[in-house]
Amino acid sequence: MSSITSLIQGCALTARGGIDMVALVNVVDSFRRFFDGDVWYSFRRNPLVILATLAALVGIIGAAFAPWIAPHNPFDLKTLNLLDAFSPPAWTELGKPQFWLGTDDQGRDVLSTIMHGSRVSLVVGICAVFLSMVVGITLGLISGYVGGSVDAFIMRVADIQLSFPAILIALLIDGVARAVIGKEHHDQVAVYVLIFAIAASGWVQYARTVRGSTLVERNKEYVQAAQVIGRRSLAIMFSHVLPNVMGPVFVLATLHVGTAIITEATLSFLGVGVPPTQPSLGTLIRVGNDFLFSGEWWITVFPGLALVILVLSINIIGDWLRDALNPKLR
Amino acid sequence: MNPPLLQVKHLRIEFPTRRGILVAVDDISFDIAAGEVLGVVGESGAGKSLTGAAVIGLLEPPGRIAGGEIIFNGKRIDNLPFEEIRKIRGREIGAIFQDPLTSLNPLYTIGRQITETIETHLALTHAQARARAIELLNEVGIPAADKRIDHYPHQFSGGMRQRVVISLALAANPKLIIADEPTTALDVSIQAQIITLLKKLGREHGTAVMLVTHDMGVIAETADRVAVMYAGRIAEIGPVADVIHHPQHPYTIGLMGAIPNVGDNNERLAQIDGSMPRLTAIPSGCAFNPRCTRTADVPNQRCTTERPGLMPAGATRAACWLHAKQYVKQNEALPV
Amino acid sequence: MLAFIIRRLLQSILVMLAVSFIAFSLFNFTGDPVALMLPPEATQLDREEVRKTLGLDQPFYVQFAVFVQNALQGNFGISLRLGRPVSQLLIERLPATLELATTAAALGLLIGIPLGIYTALKRESWTSNLLLTGSLIGVSLPNFLIGIFLILIFAVWLGWLPSFGRGEVTQLGLWSTGFLTESGLKALVLPAITLGFYPVTLFMRLVRAQMLEVLRADYIKFARARGLTNNAVYFGHALKNTLVPVITIAGLQLGGLIAFAIITETVFQWPGMGLLFIQAVQFADIPVMAAYLCLIGFIFVSINLMVDVLYYIVDPRLRTDRAGGH
Repeated sequence: MSSITSLIQGCALTARGGIDMVALVNVVDSFRRFFDGDVWYSFRRNPLVILATLAALVGIIGAAFAPWIAPHNPFDLKTLNLLDAFSPPAWTELGKPQFWLGTDDQGRDVLSTIMHGSRVSLVVGICAVFLSMVVGITLGLISGYVGGSVDAFIMRVADIQLSFPAILIALLIDGVARAVIGKEHHDQVAVYVLIFAIAASGWVQYARTVRGSTLVERNKEYVQAAQVIGRRSLAIMFSHVLPNVMGPVFVLATLHVGTAIITEATLSFLGVGVPPTQPSLGTLIRVGNDFLFSGEWWITVFPGLALVILVLSINIIGDWLRDALNPKLR
Repeated sequence: MNPPLLQVKHLRIEFPTRRGILVAVDDISFDIAAGEVLGVVGESGAGKSLTGAAVIGLLEPPGRIAGGEIIFNGKRIDNLPFEEIRKIRGREIGAIFQDPLTSLNPLYTIGRQITETIETHLALTHAQARARAIELLNEVGIPAADKRIDHYPHQFSGGMRQRVVISLALAANPKLIIADEPTTALDVSIQAQIITLLKKLGREHGTAVMLVTHDMGVIAETADRVAVMYAGRIAEIGPVADVIHHPQHPYTIGLMGAIPNVGDNNERLAQIDGSMPRLTAIPSGCAFNPRCTRTADVPNQRCTTERPGLMPAGATRAACWLHAKQYVKQNEALPV
Repeated sequence: MLAFIIRRLLQSILVMLAVSFIAFSLFNFTGDPVALMLPPEATQLDREEVRKTLGLDQPFYVQFAVFVQNALQGNFGISLRLGRPVSQLLIERLPATLELATTAAALGLLIGIPLGIYTALKRESWTSNLLLTGSLIGVSLPNFLIGIFLILIFAVWLGWLPSFGRGEVTQLGLWSTGFLTESGLKALVLPAITLGFYPVTLFMRLVRAQMLEVLRADYIKFARARGLTNNAVYFGHALKNTLVPVITIAGLQLGGLIAFAIITETVFQWPGMGLLFIQAVQFADIPVMAAYLCLIGFIFVSINLMVDVLYYIVDPRLRTDRAGGH
């Protein structure tokens, strides 16, 4: 009898003030394990991953600081000169040295538009991933914890949604938004619609992962003990389940950023993404596509390459993370 | 006297890791005579399953045989090319694994799996192979074998499935069977049946069995001799009755003390303090020395500095300095 | 078996109801369809009139029932953009999309599965590593970019293959096929490769992962211990167990390809349903969007049903669940 009481007291203590400490220790611990552990070791031994990380960092820094480090400001109409339009890359015969990767139809420097375009692509991609992560984790937790018909409903919706390609769902949401908002206002909110559309098509995987972990955790003693003493066990579980699923969720999120950027680029390429006044990589490719047949290949090829390199390096990192964090494959 | 069927000499199994080489099995030697049942017992991680896998050449990489020899029927088999060792597997040396639930391919009938094994090794027509398969199933006690042969594994219970696995191991009438924990995954009530069956078939076919298990009870019922493994080494080896009733190595003594005995009135079972060392941290000298209560009886701290080999001890052989000739006089009779 | 199929069928109907409800809500969420259909100068009276003829004064569940009833008869209304019946538009476009998607799927299966087996069995070889890295590039390449690069190389620079359209098609009753003419086949090459790129890489990675998992299984270790040859172990045992779970995903992917074709069709101006749909999205042409959604949903559900039945046939554990015993 006394052991049960002490178990409950122990749990109560953890529930009252201990969580933060536990969480803190967990975080510190995982950092320590990260650096002298297998993950760091496998990183150092994997030249492809190091290369991918460098490429991703260059891309992200170039995008983040584009307004300050880009060689030209493609959106400043004063600096644009139509005489510069359609300059091929600098190393070709007709190239101009100040435009490394050439210029587009309006005389904008392709390298600078790429840097600004990656900025839009990355912001949309990361925001969408973050949003669907939050939604997915919450729904997964609720689904696993509450169970019953709520669980059945959420998982059914997830199943149905999963059988449709993400791009189709994003397209539908965008189409509906167009119809609801009307074309004239659409451009102003296009970015938010896009983020929402991409996020809505991606929450399922997070929800499934978290739900599985929650189901395991729900039957553990501390949750039951907490229920005995009437504590809000959902909150406790949240702080216990989360550390457990952080690994898989992190891997999912990394790979999802790649997918989200592709989805964004695709939507923009299809002409339903961000407006041309605020071009992302996909928009740039779409614009350049019109000049493919007249020989100005660089307008579309370079943004295309930038997109591939960005997504590829993110995917390589994500792929490696999945293997490195999976003890079964080590 | 005939040479033994299987001789393992100074076998060493290593796992290269990035933190260095782990020695999972360190210099062990034993042999098995034709028709003999050798029990190999030890805690998990003692290296007993790896030894079994090494004999049939199925060590999973990165594990590798780093030293010693395995001689089967007078022929060295540890360094054979793939095709040669493959012909020995199933034909000369059969195997039975721990979990009958996962040992059979769920997508094929048991009949197909048995006939395929027979046809691989014996020059029989398909009809003959099938007839032999039914015969084998009858022999291992599957009722209505001629019908059951066309059933899928999931249609059998755990015990029945292990019988099927045994019939597969016997399919080409091998001379030796490696049985790795054949009863661990089964219900206690089924375990005895399977052990009896294994023993009976071994005797009838004249098949030798290397029975790997952590269950001393199974060993006591089945084995002729027993090898006790600890941390990748053999601690003691000898006839089963002697090892059980007059164990000579302190580890074996502790092991026997930990087995409950119906007639005993002792309130507590004896237990050995501590646990088996990890492979990364095997102590120098005798691997058992940190847990041993008798190290003080050996002078010059020899237990912690020098590894003991197997030496005659009573009716068995034990790897313990207590049995070195010069000390036995001082220690006289060892308590049991 | 029958009970299983009936249960699956009921589930499919439920899913279709859910999908058609979403399609139906598209109309309701997207403002007043009456406003879309009438010129701005129409009077209030005109509006009421139209509202009544469309049944918009009814409660919404009645409207939904009418919608489902119409949908079952293939009646999805008139396209706002093209002014023609939606069902007619879709039927015209369906063959183009199906021919493209099946060709791409065939590429995926015929190339992806052998590559997956190869990379699983020759795990350490440099060709495997090259293929795997290559497949990651395949996954990272947006579909439209593959199309653009292929057009640039094979249509613009080399001039070997056409870059848009379907070429010459032959009309076989309602079905128009591009398989029978040289220009039709030529026109199919680049779009099919573009659309097939993803399934090839996907199947390769999927088969590889699944096969590696199977090769670790106890029954494979036991098969080796029985002295079976490598060929018997790999192709007799491991392959079948590998392919069973792949069936499910393969089925889903085939459905996915039809929707995915939207992108390829846009790049190559391929006159299929996807191109129709993307134009509908740009113009907020709700009837076309709703009909497309229902059609895709239907294709998905049918494929799912077929996959379930196939699974049932291949995996004895499902088939003979109660036949055995102890």
